Amino acid sequence: MSFKDKLLSSYIALEDYLEFDSPLHDIRNEAIKNFEEKGFPTKKDEAWKYTSLKSLLKPDYSVYSNKERNVELKNVRKYFLHEIDTYKLVFVDGVYSSFLSETTHDTLDVCLMSAALNKSKYKPVIEAYFNKTAKSDSLTSLNTAFTKEGAYIHIPAHKEVEKPIEIINFSTGNEDAIFLQPRNLIVVGENAHVQIIERHQSLSNNEVLTNSVTEIFAEKRAYVDYYKIQNDVSTASLIDNTYISQQRDTVCRVHTFSFGGKLVRNNLNYFQHGEHTDSTLKGITILEGKQHVDHNTLVHHTAPNCESHQDYKGLFAEASTGVFNGKIVVEKDAQKIDAFQQNNNILIDDKATINAKPQLEIFADDVKCSHGCTIGQFDEEALFYLRSRGIGLKESRALLMYAFANTVLESVKIPELKTRINKLIANKIGVSLGFEL
Amino acid sequence: MLKIKDLHAGLEGKDILQGINLDVKAGEVHAIMGPNGSGKSTLASVVAGKEEFDITKGEIDFNDEDITEMDPEERAHKGIFLSFQYPVEIPGVSVTNFIKTAINETRKSQGLEDMPASEMLKMIKDKAAMLEIDRKFLSRSLNEGFSGGEKKRNEIFQMAMLEPKLAILDETDSGLDIDALKVVANGVNKLKSEDNAVLLITHYQRLLDYIVPDYVHVLMDGKIVKSGTKELAYELEEKGYDWIKEEMV
Repeated sequence: MSFKDKLLSSYIALEDYLEFDSPLHDIRNEAIKNFEEKGFPTKKDEAWKYTSLKSLLKPDYSVYSNKERNVELKNVRKYFLHEIDTYKLVFVDGVYSSFLSETTHDTLDVCLMSAALNKSKYKPVIEAYFNKTAKSDSLTSLNTAFTKEGAYIHIPAHKEVEKPIEIINFSTGNEDAIFLQPRNLIVVGENAHVQIIERHQSLSNNEVLTNSVTEIFAEKRAYVDYYKIQNDVSTASLIDNTYISQQRDTVCRVHTFSFGGKLVRNNLNYFQHGEHTDSTLKGITILEGKQHVDHNTLVHHTAPNCESHQDYKGLFAEASTGVFNGKIVVEKDAQKIDAFQQNNNILIDDKATINAKPQLEIFADDVKCSHGCTIGQFDEEALFYLRSRGIGLKESRALLMYAFANTVLESVKIPELKTRINKLIANKIGVSLGFEL
Repeated sequence: MLKIKDLHAGLEGKDILQGINLDVKAGEVHAIMGPNGSGKSTLASVVAGKEEFDITKGEIDFNDEDITEMDPEERAHKGIFLSFQYPVEIPGVSVTNFIKTAINETRKSQGLEDMPASEMLKMIKDKAAMLEIDRKFLSRSLNEGFSGGEKKRNEIFQMAMLEPKLAILDETDSGLDIDALKVVANGVNKLKSEDNAVLLITHYQRLLDYIVPDYVHVLMDGKIVKSGTKELAYELEEKGYDWIKEEMV
């Protein structure tokens, strides 16, 4: 049985447990139909030309894991931003871990998708926002059909959340191979501010495939800072589908740090719905071995006087592969748009590959749209400068890699997180310098 | 200290240096002058170990050791320093962190422990004061957004910190106004001793008013065509380089 068939029959089994009369059931049915028609994307799909899911679909994944797994805090503490106080939503093999989490209902809701879907007091929010973005994407539909658990975050108007919220998905390896589909809904009210950190972490070397969907809604003047840390083990793969809907005068920034995992596909989609919105997409990708990371971004400008900034840096060693496919659409009425896209890559070894493809579709006539893409090796002059000061070749390269990636780090607003990322980069590059990067 | 014997070097098959002979002893200051494209910067880079250039013939000795094939970092560890004409910008790495790394990497190569933080701090403070460098400057990213003058002053600051045996100053005077030039020259003079040497690469005589050379060499078409004392520099300033060409004919 193919994985697709297995999923389709699992859905039938799932239906027995589900809310039958709720509108949610219709949404699920529609979604599974869409997935059934389209199936998993293949390299024939233009948007998947450089990324193949074929080998990922072979293992016999367990689709449900209903038992709450025990994970000892001392073993996983390092994956939390434990230097500071945070709200935490922790899931182990797709199941909520109350022991590791720290939720709240005090003025803001940081809680569970399962609760939000089932309790009537959340009904208006679910009806207004759930699954309102990207209904046609087959992988998103697959997630929608099976939606069960994930983060539900609702920030009321004018609330500045005083500490970051961490969403962490662990997998234990209790199953030989596990398929996880977390579903997150984040609604940020008018003039509210929030910082969110998302991480997927496997605790074993068993196969993990995650198909995650996150919907973020920013009401007018809201400010959202979202950080994705992708530093998983080499047997874990992630398809991240994130949709951001921005009303007027909002600022939404997503930083994606891709250092690990077997295959990572980031579908990051921004939809601007009002004037003076600012969308920022930044990423640092550092890969080695046979790792593959694909950044597929979309910024859809529909209103005038808006900005978007994309800055993705990639360092590719050994036989790793990177893809950057950045699409910017400017609709006819979206005049005075300032859309900027930058993608710089360094290939460290001969076998490393980067496929870069900017895509601009501009229907307005008064816009500023710029994109730049570079693929290069190390700047020999810079390398000589550092070596002439007595710094060895390996350390000099590390310094240059660090300097190269640094422009992306500048805008990280949580100092402790910035330090963490610095350390991850230093660790990834594999050197210890006379100071902490 | 530095002995260059019949050095031929080039880039992509093109000969730039065509038989350089130079002997710099401890305690001496040598100036290399010459028109644009004569090979001055190439000579500086080749001595510091830039791998881009092919050495086709000849030898570079440093303190009686053949360094012709040595890596740039090893040469730095042995005490060769090059002040760059165009220092490179390194975003995200502060001047202080950079110099700490450079010093401790050099110490590591000599089997020494890292310099204690307090000692490092004091040294940074003293040398920055000597070169009239503001403390805030030291926490900025290396060369990023620095003016031409700031970059050159920063080069001399690094030299002061690393205390090289041989300092090669490649066009350190270009881009400096007269006040900055005086500060930089004053710094170099203070660092000068009987145990170290300076090789000045310059286009103009102006710098030599402040750092007085023992010897002046004229480099043309990849060869040293004339050597003399500082008076030669004045003569070049007054008459240009053409008369040397005529003299050669």
